[in-house]
Amino acid sequence: MIHKFSQGNVNIVLDVNSGAVHVVDQLVYDVLDYYPDHTKEIVVDFLKDKYNGNSILEAIDEIDNLKKNNLLYTEENYMKHAAFKNKKTIVKALCLHIAHDCNIRCKYCFASQGDFKGDRSLMTAKVGKKAIDFLINNSENRKNLEVDFFGGEPLMNFQVIKEIVEYGRSIEKKYDKNIRFTITTNGVLLNDDIMDYINQHMYNVVLSIDGRKETNDTMRYTIHGDGTYDIILPKLKKMAERRNHENYYVRGTFTRFNLDFAEDVLHLADLGFKHISVEPVVAAAENDYAIQEEDLSKIFQQYEYLAEACIKREKAGSGFNFFHFMIDLDQGPCVVKRLLGCGAGAEYLAITPEGDLYPCHQFVGNDDFNLGNVLEDNLDTSIYNSFANAHVYNKEACNQCWAKFYCSGGCHANAYNFNKDILIPYSVGCEMEKKRIECALTIKARLMEEEER
Amino acid sequence: MKHIKTLTGANLPKSAVKGGCGECQTSCQSACKTSCTVANQQCENK
Repeated sequence: MIHKFSQGNVNIVLDVNSGAVHVVDQLVYDVLDYYPDHTKEIVVDFLKDKYNGNSILEAIDEIDNLKKNNLLYTEENYMKHAAFKNKKTIVKALCLHIAHDCNIRCKYCFASQGDFKGDRSLMTAKVGKKAIDFLINNSENRKNLEVDFFGGEPLMNFQVIKEIVEYGRSIEKKYDKNIRFTITTNGVLLNDDIMDYINQHMYNVVLSIDGRKETNDTMRYTIHGDGTYDIILPKLKKMAERRNHENYYVRGTFTRFNLDFAEDVLHLADLGFKHISVEPVVAAAENDYAIQEEDLSKIFQQYEYLAEACIKREKAGSGFNFFHFMIDLDQGPCVVKRLLGCGAGAEYLAITPEGDLYPCHQFVGNDDFNLGNVLEDNLDTSIYNSFANAHVYNKEACNQCWAKFYCSGGCHANAYNFNKDILIPYSVGCEMEKKRIECALTIKARLMEEEER
Repeated sequence: MKHIKTLTGANLPKSAVKGGCGECQTSCQSACKTSCTVANQQCENK
């Protein structure tokens, strides 16, 4: 299987199963519409009005050369590969819902403004320590473990965060583990002491802001209804600076209200942030802010515009990382990881303040997906196994898709929320992801061309 | 080659031979909380 596309005056051909990426001229791009499905003679006949016959045969020779070297139209056999066939799913990451409470109100919040449709509650140190025990006991021989402090707003329960981190640090060496703590915060409660603590103990920090003031304040406001932009911006900038602009992301959400979201990304870059992620809201179609299928053409145009801006800024020495355009063509994740996807419900679980286990933060509150409780140290293996087996090869739509090794089957929660089946991906999300991959490949190709000049 | 420039070679088959150690960071721990994306992660077992 191959995928070919043109963007920004570059023709790109992706060999899906090998991961090889080629930049081709217009002649090869056109020949690939007919070859190898048709014979050389027929291809020459099809294209003789546009190209010289010898040039067409020359292009076909180059295509044949790539095929011979397993760089084009390669066969797929990963399902039979030992690394995939013998894979063993082990819990290695937790999303700790340290607070089912929040100090701001976001219109699009999947957590129902922080309480996850239940009573507002904070995790106790007892539950947090049990969660660490659960992770260590269920991670077998994995060394690298991850624990994300999430909410609601986790800093509303800062003392318990410190106790959990201290507990994790006190036992990780004994079990030959390396626990990486991370935190996702809206930034309202950040002060110098908390920043120092986070910079000392948190491997990564996600800081929530949606972009321009009017964008952010339309969706993110205090309990009194005031926008949060002016409150959080100085704190987020200080936080990024104190981390030497490493290991953090400012993370925004775009909605139907700001389909010109590229301007929000560039605004964040202009503010000096170097690591930026702005993503489409996931919401049921009846919400006025939800992305609709008819919005896709505008969104695609914005991604292309943003890709051009990324290229321009990179060349000018003022580049930034846009999370969804990051793609490592030489040392990305292995093919096994790409097939298994994000790991939600299998290697990654969410834990509520009461200790209940769910496949991920997006499933919290849905009793059909309650996997057990860390206080009782039990795990529903039937739900667990259904997620462990929700890989690319078990998703019919993904199996035929050129993007499968890049998107890894998409988000289980989105699939369930839109299709009531974790094996049927959310199609609007698929289209956006495919566009982002094309943009990422275009950026790579264009910058490579610039380097060679 | 005159008409084709290869940007990157066949990296997936190679990664299947060495891959699957499971030590890499889960995608939710990096930046995203809604569009969990794997391809922009890094292998930690180079």
